[in-house]
Amino acid sequence: MAAKVIRERLSGNEAIATAIRQINPDVMPAFPITPSTEIPQFVSSYVANGLVDTEFVPVESEHSAMSATIGASAAGARAMTATSSAGLAFMWEELHIASSDRLPIVLALVNRALSGPININADHSDGMGAKDCGWIQLYAESNQEAYDNMCMAFRISEKVMLPVMVCQDGFITSHAVQNINLLEDAAVKEFVGTYKPDQYLLNAKAPMAAGPYAVTQYYMEARRGVAQAMYDSKDTILAVSKEFGELSGREYGLFEEYCMDDAEYAIVIMGSAAGAAKDACDMLRAEGKKVGVIKIRVYRPFPAKELAEALKGVKVIAAMDRAESFSGNSGPMACELKAALYTAKMTPDVLSMIYGLGGRDITVEDMVKIYEDLMAGNLCCDEIPYRYVNVRE
Amino acid sequence: MKTDISKQGLDVKWKDMTVGCNIVAPGGSVDFHTGEWRVDTPKFIEEKCKQCLLCAPVCPDSCIPVTDGKRAGFDLDHCKGCGICAKVCPFGAIEMMKGVKK
Repeated sequence: MAAKVIRERLSGNEAIATAIRQINPDVMPAFPITPSTEIPQFVSSYVANGLVDTEFVPVESEHSAMSATIGASAAGARAMTATSSAGLAFMWEELHIASSDRLPIVLALVNRALSGPININADHSDGMGAKDCGWIQLYAESNQEAYDNMCMAFRISEKVMLPVMVCQDGFITSHAVQNINLLEDAAVKEFVGTYKPDQYLLNAKAPMAAGPYAVTQYYMEARRGVAQAMYDSKDTILAVSKEFGELSGREYGLFEEYCMDDAEYAIVIMGSAAGAAKDACDMLRAEGKKVGVIKIRVYRPFPAKELAEALKGVKVIAAMDRAESFSGNSGPMACELKAALYTAKMTPDVLSMIYGLGGRDITVEDMVKIYEDLMAGNLCCDEIPYRYVNVRE
Repeated sequence: MKTDISKQGLDVKWKDMTVGCNIVAPGGSVDFHTGEWRVDTPKFIEEKCKQCLLCAPVCPDSCIPVTDGKRAGFDLDHCKGCGICAKVCPFGAIEMMKGVKK
């Protein structure tokens, strides 16, 4: 049953904060860091104005923010936090604990470059740095997608019992104001539902221990359980997304395929820059070129089989990472994409490209040039096995 | 749902472990036999024992039951084989069996 649409214009941070107000989580410990600062700022104003009854905890660091979120979640609360960049890095130890304890926590991540050199602008080095922590990761192209992913995050998390990161690009998405279609408060509340944990520390009728020490004989079995939950979460993500689509009219999969039906040259990308790739794609399609875009929404779990299937028939792929992982091999997403293609016994040319680090612009013209290189077979790399876009040589 | 801690022993398969390793059961440590971790095992030599009871209070895991002022054999369910009891015994009434797990 489609819900009533509220037309608004909001920044990405306002969009996330609006979803949080509608969800009304029980506990939100947070520490400010650019560019996600506005999210806890808006939430604390909601608390002050009585719009939510969230327990907002102004902790002294991100290490404490995630620790307090874990504690609240284990105690039985619907708990979340927000951060960026160095803040996420400071949570790294706790990120693993949240997933290992199988806690349904949501983290609104506003992607920003990691130091150093110190830089406050958009790139994915924070999210990519946390890709192997047992968290589901959803990436958004727009404010609308950030809002929608936030509305879906607790549903996914509480079913799978793994924490979820809702990611959007710093400033580009978080601070730029776009038109957005919101759901009514009641529709979001009904969609998200009431959180009823099976087991929780404050349940006096069933005393429990959380996060126990696991000696050598248990550790691998515990990790194996998380691995299965992560793999299986694809089904839940798709089911929740389908239900959300019926409510909102906005359909989401593991990734978006744009002009991919007969594409021979494809850009695979995540986040806000997908818009520039789609514009370039439209321009080249008007000239009859068989180009397409795949925009990854769900990076964790990595949709390896599904991506390989979607890339069948593609001759040349640009795998574009907004993060440098210093692997000496390729960008982080490009490495995983190549592994996915290898497993599917597919051997298209894959050009790994690093773009947009520390907020460096990437334009539609840049994307056209990338497609032209793919079509001309200009795939050579100098000195390292992947290519930097718009770096001064 | 209450965790049956006796089913979370060292041979538990990954699919049978509790979600998040949570243990929903008060006092679960009684039924969780950490003695499985033992490498060396204490042996009680009753004829040498003078019932001085120096051993019982120094055991970190309450593995030496005392009834009516007298100790009996070991309760090995939680004994890690640390050997403190053998060390404090003045009469050689406790021997550590090296490499014997049971």
